[in-house]
Amino acid sequence: MKHDIPERYTLAFRLYPYAKSPDQDATTPVRHKAVVVGGGPIGLATALDLGRRGVPVVLLDDHEGAGLGSRALCFAKRTLEICDRLGAAKPMLAKGVQWNLGKVFHDDRLLYEFNLLPEGGHAFPAFINLQQPWFEKFLHDAIVAAQAEGAPIELRGKNRVDAVTPAADHVALDVMTPDGPYKVEAEWLIACDGARSPLRNMLGLGFDGRVFEDNFLIADVKMKADFPTERWFWFEPHFKSGDSALLHKQPDDIWRIDFQLGWNIDRAKELEPARIRARVDAMLGPDVDYELDWCSIYTFQCRRMERFRHGRVLFAGDSAHLVSPFGARGANSGVQDVDNLAWKLALVVEGVAPERLLDSYDAERVHGAEENILNSTRATDFITPKTPVSKMFRNAVLALAGSLPFARTVVNSGRLSMPCTYDGSVLNGADHPAMPARTRPGSPCPDAPLDRGWLLSRLGRGFTLMGIGLEVPKAMAGHGVALEGLSLAPTPELGARYLGGAERAVYLIRPDQHVAARWDHLDEAAVAAALARAIGKE
Amino acid sequence: MLITTPNLTRPDESYARLIATHEGLSEAESHALNARLILILMNHIGDEAVLAEAMLLARDPSAV
Ligand SMILES: Cc1cc2nc3c(=O)[nH]c(=O)nc-3n(C[C@H](O)[C@H](O)[C@H](O)COP(=O)(O)OP(=O)(O)OC[C@H]3O[C@@H](n4cnc5c(N)ncnc54)[C@H](O)[C@@H]3O)c2cc1C
Repeated sequence: MKHDIPERYTLAFRLYPYAKSPDQDATTPVRHKAVVVGGGPIGLATALDLGRRGVPVVLLDDHEGAGLGSRALCFAKRTLEICDRLGAAKPMLAKGVQWNLGKVFHDDRLLYEFNLLPEGGHAFPAFINLQQPWFEKFLHDAIVAAQAEGAPIELRGKNRVDAVTPAADHVALDVMTPDGPYKVEAEWLIACDGARSPLRNMLGLGFDGRVFEDNFLIADVKMKADFPTERWFWFEPHFKSGDSALLHKQPDDIWRIDFQLGWNIDRAKELEPARIRARVDAMLGPDVDYELDWCSIYTFQCRRMERFRHGRVLFAGDSAHLVSPFGARGANSGVQDVDNLAWKLALVVEGVAPERLLDSYDAERVHGAEENILNSTRATDFITPKTPVSKMFRNAVLALAGSLPFARTVVNSGRLSMPCTYDGSVLNGADHPAMPARTRPGSPCPDAPLDRGWLLSRLGRGFTLMGIGLEVPKAMAGHGVALEGLSLAPTPELGARYLGGAERAVYLIRPDQHVAARWDHLDEAAVAAALARAIGKE
Repeated sequence: MLITTPNLTRPDESYARLIATHEGLSEAESHALNARLILILMNHIGDEAVLAEAMLLARDPSAV
């Protein structure tokens, strides 16, 4: 092998070692239906979802697996539901640490506790904590399983994209490998190449937003400690290890500790193990035995591209939008991008839906990114107030929060990632005023227990027509799309989550488990019209 | 709708109480007290639209 593809990070798992592809010897570039650039969590999930929908997909990454290091840790319920649809959630749940309880401290006072999922009747917990490399490994395991069942997914390690040339009916890529360069073409290119996105830069596209003038030291420590499995957050902690601090449990006796260091720091010095240990010792007390597992310092930013679709190039994950980690919205929102994009692209590739369906990816996920950036910015402004008066109000809120529950609603140590509702989307159809707001068109379907199993696992891979309290046809078709029928008897949970004041309901549900339209009776013509709208045919 | 017409049941008493509440506090303590007081009153009002009107008016009293 003649060419070196340098590694920018160490691998935790080597998942897709380089192997020469016949494409590299082709005399004219081979054209693929879909090419994904980047094998982080978002690229892997994209390849998996597209492949399971039968779209031939090639994934290129300049490494050979999942990178080591402290990054994403909290994976939200909606992410687990999506991963379950993709056949990857079981091992995540088995390895991940489940938690629902959080505690908020100011100085040395416990202000209050909160419970993230007070509502019962959901298959998945509010969050699990799982190290990002494991999350990626489980997605990869699901890809291997899907490949074995014939899903047309190909992963190419040590394939670095060096140039991209958009054309009318394809995108051409220059790829570098250990065996030298080759060219390949994609009808559709999904750019999941991370926050620094080389593709975004190659296409000269902007990434506007804001950098928060603060540094955060992330220390993952290994210890046998009997702290409960809860999220503990300190404002101005008495142990003085930072302006704020966070303690969170991970699998394998690892704990994530997070210290807010301020803006003017000497990075190299702060990363000296002795200095990190001094901070950790002050927090945990002198008698706790631990090892430093992984440490790094981050500066947080909130940015996004103006548009996520640029012709045949679609941006997803950190390449499209970046948030501060408060609220765990990075990977979680990227997985929602995938959920939104894969079915749309599959319908376009099959020729069932017009290309403009992909514009709704742009509109819906820009809306999601806006919501995430707003939440993340507000949390960051609360945690690191920018002006003396902002700090004064922040501390006034904390002073009241110990005794006055209303003030707790204002305390913001991160509003943890909730799935986005696509209000106002062009894909949304009819609504019914008597039904609950939480399941209005655009909303992700809330789970509910059924006689056997869970509602979400009963929804189809494509569109579902769900009848509650009335029979819907087992199968229908319209506009080239198959519609799976699901008829259910009302239960207390289905009643509260889907019926509200209505006696029966018919829901048209998209392949990403978001509600497209709903009625209190079955009108096949109305269903067909809503279906046309939901696939961009109207 | 924000009430901007006279609405205090005992204006002189309430104003005197506001001043007295700050008695003996340093400037920083007074600012902190004001911040707590604003938050408590905000919660009492509750309505986001009314609060927005009040904040606009405080920023620019001529904007009635
Ligand atoms: C401290 C910290 C804590 C976080 N905590 C959370 C959390 O709790 N929950 C959460 O949801 N998110 C969290 N995040 C965010 C999360 O890590 C990211 O959102 C996530 O990694 C984004 O995934 P991605 O696939 O879009 O990009 P990446 O993971 O960055 O993957 C990009 C991939 O593209 C490859 N690539 C780049 N250039 C090329 C090229 N030219 N050719 C081929 N391949 C290329 C890279 O090698 C890489 O594999 C956290 C982040 C940080 C920094």
